[in-house]
Amino acid sequence: MSPNRIIAIVLRQIYLIRGSFSRVFPTFAWIAVDMVLWGFLTRYLNKATSGGPDFVPILLGAVLLWDFFIRIMQGVTMAFFEDVWSRNFLNVFATPILISEYVGGLILSSIVTSAIGLAVMLCIAAVFFHLSLLVYGIMTIPFLAVLFLFGIALGIFACAVVLRFGPASEWFIWPLPALISPFAGVLYPISTLPEWMRYISVIFPPSYVFEGLRAMVSGSAVQTAALVKGGLLAVAYIVAAYYILNRVYRHALRTGLIARYSAETIS
Amino acid sequence: MLSVKGLKKSYGKTIALDGVSFEVRRGEIVGLLGPNGAGKTTTINMILAVLEPDAGTVVINGFDISSRRSQAINNTNFTAVYAPLPGNLTVAQNLLVFGLLYGVEDPYSRIDALIRKFDLQKFRDKKCGVLSSGEQTRVGLAKAMLNNPGLLLLDEPTASLDPATAKEVRDKIREFASKGSGAVLWTSHNMYEVEEVCDRVLFLSHGKILLEGHPKTLPGEHGKKTLEELFIKVAREPLTLGMV
Repeated sequence: MSPNRIIAIVLRQIYLIRGSFSRVFPTFAWIAVDMVLWGFLTRYLNKATSGGPDFVPILLGAVLLWDFFIRIMQGVTMAFFEDVWSRNFLNVFATPILISEYVGGLILSSIVTSAIGLAVMLCIAAVFFHLSLLVYGIMTIPFLAVLFLFGIALGIFACAVVLRFGPASEWFIWPLPALISPFAGVLYPISTLPEWMRYISVIFPPSYVFEGLRAMVSGSAVQTAALVKGGLLAVAYIVAAYYILNRVYRHALRTGLIARYSAETIS
Repeated sequence: MLSVKGLKKSYGKTIALDGVSFEVRRGEIVGLLGPNGAGKTTTINMILAVLEPDAGTVVINGFDISSRRSQAINNTNFTAVYAPLPGNLTVAQNLLVFGLLYGVEDPYSRIDALIRKFDLQKFRDKKCGVLSSGEQTRVGLAKAMLNNPGLLLLDEPTASLDPATAKEVRDKIREFASKGSGAVLWTSHNMYEVEEVCDRVLFLSHGKILLEGHPKTLPGEHGKKTLEELFIKVAREPLTLGMV
């Protein structure tokens, strides 16, 4: 493992973000809009159900954590897509870089970009709607950790899909979090779901986070074992996603797909 | 520096390479010639380890590419007309990113030296995408020499250049090989250029090496006046050259 090669991937991403308003803007703009929208909705719900539960930590907090998960996933895929869009696979994979180092670079890039997004969300939530992650106490750490790990897993899986099926399959990737969200119980308890959906929700690590979050805010004990299960599931997804990406990469080497990603530009 | 033995590759029923073997020694510039679809780029992609052969071996500076990929690739670099550097990064940014990827020691000094060598000072902070073909070729060559490679692979490096710029590029590559530590494998369709630059040429057709020799004497050995005439014969009548 060469730290320099991992840093190269991160540095490339920093250069791209630093030099392009169209890349800087989405790192915080849409999540800021999300915070404002859900912030006002929770404020309205709190007024409408005066004396009821405080919706700020339940809904706005959940949206903040969900957006964090999406930023992590997109942080990985965006760094990968830069190579897709600039037809750079041949240049990158003809260097001594290993696939593990490349993935390491994507993950580090995602941490950098997601940290910016998280900071913006926390500022807006705290300044305008008086939400602080401190409301979740020490549990903030496992909540963020599980979502971080699952975001990484989904990001790596997305890279594998695009590498295997080509640039046009990018459109399969963007809706992935939206497809998972109904099962993850971001905005409502899993018990709200019909039985068949509940069976599916147990395979998604975020569902353990949002159940834990609601339990904590309502004053119940957080199921630590369930959160651990969510964390282990997320790790298992990372291993599975990396295995799939590695297989797809080997397939691309056998079929010449890596080279053709670039050669297509002259055909 | 480079030893290629028995490389084979098929895509379904199409045979792209059919037992290609050759060597490139230090200080040598070898031209890999052949018509479109002959297998030149396939061979180069295998040497770069971005395409896996069905059979055969590639050894670069003593490192087998299948078992010691990183060490083997550390000894090589390339530039190709179809693989420009990302146009959304500046020249200096691209060179630094690739300098790190190739594990170049003190990349900043190396980049300064290459920017001077390829006369890129005024483009240093320009995005590669806005450079002309000739300027992009020079940036590609600077990137290809970042790690001072033992083996330099050039896939039609002068394809889109005007004659004056192409000559400059040829001079730089000859200078690189003349130092004696580096070898060059060059593909080109410009036979005049090949005759001027290469120490040896390999003619590839239908995935096989048909002919090998000195670019100045090889045409005469096969009853042709020029390398271009020989090229046309290889492209049109490979069977007359003993190809099965």
